[in-house]
Amino acid sequence: MVTISSNLLFAAFILYLVATVFYGGSIKAKKDPNETKKTNKWGSIAVFLTIIGFISQLGYFITRWIAAGHAPVSNMFEFTTFFGMALVGAFIVIYFIYRSTLLGLFTMPIAILVIAYASMFTRDVTPLIPALQSYWLSIHVTTAAIGEAILAISFAAGLIYLVKAIDQTKSNKRTFWLEIVMFALVVVLGFVVVSTAFSAIGYQEKFTWVDKHGNEANLEYTMPALTGPHEGKLLTSDGFKPLVEMPALINAKKLNTVIWSFLAGFVLYGAIRLILRKRIAAALKPMVKNIKLDFVDEISYRSVLIGFPVFTLGALIFAMIWAQEAWSRFWGWDPKEVWALITWLFYAAFLHLRLSKGWHGEKSAWLAVIGFVIIMFNLVAVNLVIAGLHSYAGS
Amino acid sequence: MKDVKCECGHVNPHGTVLCEACGKILDEQETNKQLLDMRYEGSARRSQTYNKTMIDKVWNFFSSVKVGVWLIVITLIASIIGTILPQKMYIDLPPEVYYEQEYGTFGKLYYQLGFDNLYGSWWYLLLIALIGVSLVICSLDRVIPLYKALKAQRVTRHEGFLKRQRVFGVTQNADKSDLAILKQHLVQKHYHVREENGNLLAEKGRFSRWGPYVNHVGLIIVLFGGMLRFVPGMYVNENLWIREGETALVPETGEQFYLHNNQFILQHYDKNKNKKFEKALAKAGNVVKNYQSNVVLYKRTGEKIPGEKPKLEKVKEYKVRVNHPLTFEGYSVYQSSFRSEMNAMRFALTNKKTNQSYGELKINLREPKEKYDLGNGYSVEILNYFPDFEFGKDGEPTTKSRVPNNPAFVFRMYSPEKPKGETSFVAIRQTIEPFGNNTYKMAFRGIETKNVSGFVVRKDSSLWLVILGGILFMIGVVQGAYWNHRRIWVQNKNGEIWIAAHTNKNWYGLKRELEKVLEETNINMPEDQLQREETDKEGV
Amino acid sequence: MKKRRLIIRTVILTILVAAVAYTLYANFMQDHKQKVAVGDQAPDFVLTDMQGTKHRLSDYKGQGVFLNFWGTWCPPCKKEMPYINNQYHQFKDQGVQVLAVDIQESELAVNQFAAHYKLDFPIMIDTNKEVMTTYGVDQLPATFLIDKSGKVVKYHTGEMTENDVREFMEKIKP
Repeated sequence: MVTISSNLLFAAFILYLVATVFYGGSIKAKKDPNETKKTNKWGSIAVFLTIIGFISQLGYFITRWIAAGHAPVSNMFEFTTFFGMALVGAFIVIYFIYRSTLLGLFTMPIAILVIAYASMFTRDVTPLIPALQSYWLSIHVTTAAIGEAILAISFAAGLIYLVKAIDQTKSNKRTFWLEIVMFALVVVLGFVVVSTAFSAIGYQEKFTWVDKHGNEANLEYTMPALTGPHEGKLLTSDGFKPLVEMPALINAKKLNTVIWSFLAGFVLYGAIRLILRKRIAAALKPMVKNIKLDFVDEISYRSVLIGFPVFTLGALIFAMIWAQEAWSRFWGWDPKEVWALITWLFYAAFLHLRLSKGWHGEKSAWLAVIGFVIIMFNLVAVNLVIAGLHSYAGS
Repeated sequence: MKDVKCECGHVNPHGTVLCEACGKILDEQETNKQLLDMRYEGSARRSQTYNKTMIDKVWNFFSSVKVGVWLIVITLIASIIGTILPQKMYIDLPPEVYYEQEYGTFGKLYYQLGFDNLYGSWWYLLLIALIGVSLVICSLDRVIPLYKALKAQRVTRHEGFLKRQRVFGVTQNADKSDLAILKQHLVQKHYHVREENGNLLAEKGRFSRWGPYVNHVGLIIVLFGGMLRFVPGMYVNENLWIREGETALVPETGEQFYLHNNQFILQHYDKNKNKKFEKALAKAGNVVKNYQSNVVLYKRTGEKIPGEKPKLEKVKEYKVRVNHPLTFEGYSVYQSSFRSEMNAMRFALTNKKTNQSYGELKINLREPKEKYDLGNGYSVEILNYFPDFEFGKDGEPTTKSRVPNNPAFVFRMYSPEKPKGETSFVAIRQTIEPFGNNTYKMAFRGIETKNVSGFVVRKDSSLWLVILGGILFMIGVVQGAYWNHRRIWVQNKNGEIWIAAHTNKNWYGLKRELEKVLEETNINMPEDQLQREETDKEGV
Repeated sequence: MKKRRLIIRTVILTILVAAVAYTLYANFMQDHKQKVAVGDQAPDFVLTDMQGTKHRLSDYKGQGVFLNFWGTWCPPCKKEMPYINNQYHQFKDQGVQVLAVDIQESELAVNQFAAHYKLDFPIMIDTNKEVMTTYGVDQLPATFLIDKSGKVVKYHTGEMTENDVREFMEKIKP
């Protein structure tokens, strides 16, 4: 069952990749630039592939659920994969409202990155600790993820807006920050590439080190240690000698992974720049020339409008009901809870700002980007760095 | 400060931008604009018109959405700061020690700034409270004028009003039959159509305009529920530890309920039984499957004063597990933790040379006896008992607490050879013979432990308010987000058909609906004037 | 019209300010809450002393009661118990009763302690912390001074000097 499940996920991943190519084609092949209602052949194929991929991933989800005996949203891999799936699902829904294949061209790569990122974590079927043994696990986590995914669509739309609206002929703060967003996406790709590469060659090195309480412990690196642990002693004979030793307060292993991801990100980004000979955002500009600004602005705003209630329901209300049952209080200021509140406050502020004219358009698009950064921070950093009740067992 | 009478005859409150009835522009500045600002229907927001007394000034301050957004943003940033380091309630060391020890100078600073209890600080509470105030005033200040304006609107609108709508178009040669078809289509699309002198006003989804106010009411109720927690008796949150086999009073129940803990059960996942988790378990080691306490709930019968043994009546048996609390009369008892406590120690009185044992004794660490008679002239007396032994400052043995964490004894061992007894100090892995070499010793034979279940007792009388607020918020937010208020004005002006349309959001949907509605008629699809403006700017 | 608006606004603002002020006040007072405060009627209780005699607080109406919560392990308790014993001898004929409530310890420990310090006022063990919970005591030692009408006159936590003990007993002398 688990094998079928992972095969289905792999199939979905490939389908999404192919679909992205077709989305690209649909933009190029479009004859009448103002005709947004009818999708051309490339576009139809792309949407078809996306739906097939989505169904395949749904198959992964169901088979894994059967295999594990609980909803597969209980660890970093499962949750992030589900988030990727929700992102594709949210795109399909928004697509049938607005019929924009360009949105697909921007959303699918993000979804692919998310799923690839998820696969870098351990894919074992994990047992549930007592606190998670509740049907609220499936209800709360899926609803929250779907809400976040719909909100993330507003990021894709916002990105389209920025790529189109920002003048790339001269460099300034706007082009810089937009390029930072692009670079951040490349760094995620970098993380996927280095992780895959080192795990493919089976890289491993072991250390003993001394933690901040003075206890000696073992630590296993899966990437060559650029930053070694505090008073670390390399045990693997042909292992890579750390360049710098970190103080005990800093998690040297996680920092090492981050540094490797950035290194790979820089290399990849450099290569892309060499090929394109201009900024990524500038290279994307021709793709978006046929879309109207206020149209993407509306998609972005609408996604927030649709996603906000779902997010509130899943990440706050269902979360509170479950917390009341499992931890005896509906609200306890656990970091994850607080970050859900922060996300919620942010989008509440976004919706209120939209009331005034000055915050439509580009400002609103930047806000959509910041919103996505908050969601990603909540997903990645809060689970892996700020450990609380929600931390996924240190994986 | 006079009311304004429009040329259509309607009397508008002072400060109105657009006549409530016909939409004529009453504010001079607005006439220069190409498109109207339709927020709150151009109604007179009370706060902006009076600004005399202190009360008005405070009111106006909180009535501003800008102030509201600022409050949200400040709260947001404060909340982020609180997640940088663990909060006080999640640490198990004294905060003055913990932060510096774990996070160095930064941790110390964090603690000194009071961020260790950020969410319970007066200023964070004040921020939330100010958001509440802003919610009340902002909503009141907008919903009433908006309601009045929407109620007063007439079918026939002023020319300037129609022209300055975002979606607007003029058709020269259309006749009556086109209007009839149009009207029919509008009704089919569930519009509420009003007619006046051959002019039409089609409207739907007006209730979505109330969504924001409904959800704000929900939020205010939630905040009010949170406030009630501070009222004595509304909120109970107590820890309760019960040893296996013991009965304890459930706190804050008015000495009404007692809980007996039969057994605490801790289960782990078994690698061999749960094949599907084999790999994960191999990596993670032990993973807990279940924390459970089998308890019996009793209710006291008759009067009782503290200290007296109560008469109890069994209410129910229950297995308290995580996610499955025991509930009764508004109280909930949760399985929250457990610990294992030393319960008894066994020793054997042994001859040091021959190693022969002259009888075993089991000492109940919570209720040790003074003397243990082993028969045949052998006996042991406890001269001193230190449940949580340490050497005091003066070098004398002493106890840190009453909990038997590290029991130690001063024994006096009596035997036929030594009828006066020998003294021996015995602690874990330590024996001292203060008066020289003894013949006998207390040989350690074993420890018995007992589990102690940790429960949390809760009562939250304001919970229903929070639930009600949550439901209202969801209704309001869905009502406001998933429906929109669309209006289409169709008017005869000098033989031309003028169409203007407005929606509070989702213009794309409105335009698509207009296309559908105008099918089979000769009326032109009106233009989106905003898009024309923007294409002009972009020069595409 | 204008006046009415001002009145409405004033009323709403007053309610809001009152709610906020109450919340802040209650939040502040949360940490300083005392279950049995000075001026309250002392809750009744019944405990059996080491000699097997039952002591009920309400039986001592008309006398002052020096109610002390303690433990054999707590260092300040060790210091002040002899003082209390001395003063007990001075005041017991003047209508002051000492009740020493030990929290959840073994009879052995309490008896040995009492014998060591030669204490002869009634000592009782609160086996399941019921009396302690009723009085809201969280740190030992803690002393409640109860006057002849059964009202709490003073609540003292932490160590007492012999002078303190004398003053306190003087205070509740009927």
